Amino acid sequence: MSNQIPIAEGLFSWPAAKPALLASRCKRCGIAAFPVASTCMACSGQDVEIEKLPSRGTLWTWTIQQFMPKTPYKSNETPESFIPYGVGYLELPGGVRVEGRLTENDPHKLQIGMEMDVVFEPYRTEDNGDEVINFFFRPVRSPQ
Amino acid sequence: MDVAIVGIGIHPFGRTPARSGLQQGAHAARLALQDAGVEWGDMQFAFGGSASAGSADALVNELGLTGIPFINVANGCATGGSSLIAAYNAIKSGQYDVGMVAGFDKHDRGAFNADPKELGIGDWYGEVGLMMTTQFFAMKIQKYMHDYAISHNTLAKVSEKAFINGSKNPNAWRTKPISVDEIIDSTMVSNPLTKFMFCSPAEGGVALILCRADHAKRYTDAPVYLKGATMKSRRFGSFEVFAPSQALQQVDGPTVDASNAAFEMAGVGPRDIDVMQLQDTEVGAEIMHMAENGFCEDGEQEALIQQGATHIGGSMPVNTDGGCLANGEPIGASGLRQVYENVLQLRGQAGDHQVPGDPTLAYTHVYGAPGISAITILQR
Repeated sequence: MSNQIPIAEGLFSWPAAKPALLASRCKRCGIAAFPVASTCMACSGQDVEIEKLPSRGTLWTWTIQQFMPKTPYKSNETPESFIPYGVGYLELPGGVRVEGRLTENDPHKLQIGMEMDVVFEPYRTEDNGDEVINFFFRPVRSPQ
Repeated sequence: MDVAIVGIGIHPFGRTPARSGLQQGAHAARLALQDAGVEWGDMQFAFGGSASAGSADALVNELGLTGIPFINVANGCATGGSSLIAAYNAIKSGQYDVGMVAGFDKHDRGAFNADPKELGIGDWYGEVGLMMTTQFFAMKIQKYMHDYAISHNTLAKVSEKAFINGSKNPNAWRTKPISVDEIIDSTMVSNPLTKFMFCSPAEGGVALILCRADHAKRYTDAPVYLKGATMKSRRFGSFEVFAPSQALQQVDGPTVDASNAAFEMAGVGPRDIDVMQLQDTEVGAEIMHMAENGFCEDGEQEALIQQGATHIGGSMPVNTDGGCLANGEPIGASGLRQVYENVLQLRGQAGDHQVPGDPTLAYTHVYGAPGISAITILQR
């Protein structure tokens, strides 16, 4: 089995039985930030603690990226094999709205306000065979 | 001491393979000097910006080595506005009487590819494909359409108007009108925005000569006064481009803040403005910026645009020179292009794109990464 590594250290708990996105919460003003930051952007406080963000939220807005981005985009795709991908902000109750890729790329299956889960899946494979894990937002159910 | 604009120059926007960005800037600078009836040697200072075409202060190699302080300004899409504010303050303070603001650029084709590190964001953000300004604008208008019932047809009508205005402007890049159907049916870039709803990186140059207001008549019979010039960055809680996350509680963005400050500085309100140039890097931006700058309430754009209010002959003409949509966006020059257009409008020299009714107050607005905005209010 290939080695699985997170796309960035500290973005989400990994390895973990139930991985979660990680946020910093300011002890002074109580505002959460993603990714983890040592300084609070709301009040400039520097005393923060790290917490796990909820795994389910609602889609605040979205789009579909229809063309392959230039560098620094780094996937295993070529312009020929590129598949358009969804992007959105997921509102995580009590936390923040996090921007991420969606597992869904059909505009007819996406609606503002729909419930989505944060999932952790392979994004690309490195030359040495390592699988790079990223977070994605997946619809809980198809919209009616 | 008020500050006046007494000379303007432009190099046509679009693609000019035979000229470097710097040469386009020099072309604009020479025209601005000529317009004010002065020589480069008369300039006491200069501020300038270029994002992709070298250092703005290299203009001295083209214009002459006179020893003046030439300060480079780099503030993304607000570069021109920031240069103008710097020049305004340099004159307002009494330090200088007359100087130049210049901006030029020459970008590669295709969308900008920003580096996350320059904005303090991790590499992962770009690697997974989130480092795209196009996505931000698409997601912002997607949410806005949902909340305020703006239609796809209205999105397309913004582009249609831009290309009509471009066809009337000899310095524009896109000079052929495009139908609403063709705009809606063009390649989808980032839902809901299609190819013809976005501007493109481009080339061009603009220069302005500024002086103390009490000296203005030495240079021109038709001075235009800079009544307001403001620049703001984002506050916590605003929804901005290149944001891996945003706060649950949303606050007004930098456009609203800069706009309020500019109106206060000028002592006028949105209803007093006769012609406005609003950042339209894509159609959604123009729609939302109409409300963010105080020219209408959220949601009123649907009726206003359908009725043609934003056309040159309408009640609130927006982007009379075709805006970024028809001119492209050479970052260093783009904000100054808006000012150039407004000076033409206030002088009554805008030709086929002149708004009727002898306008007296004109407004410019830019917005850019990572959440900045600059405004000017001009009066004749």
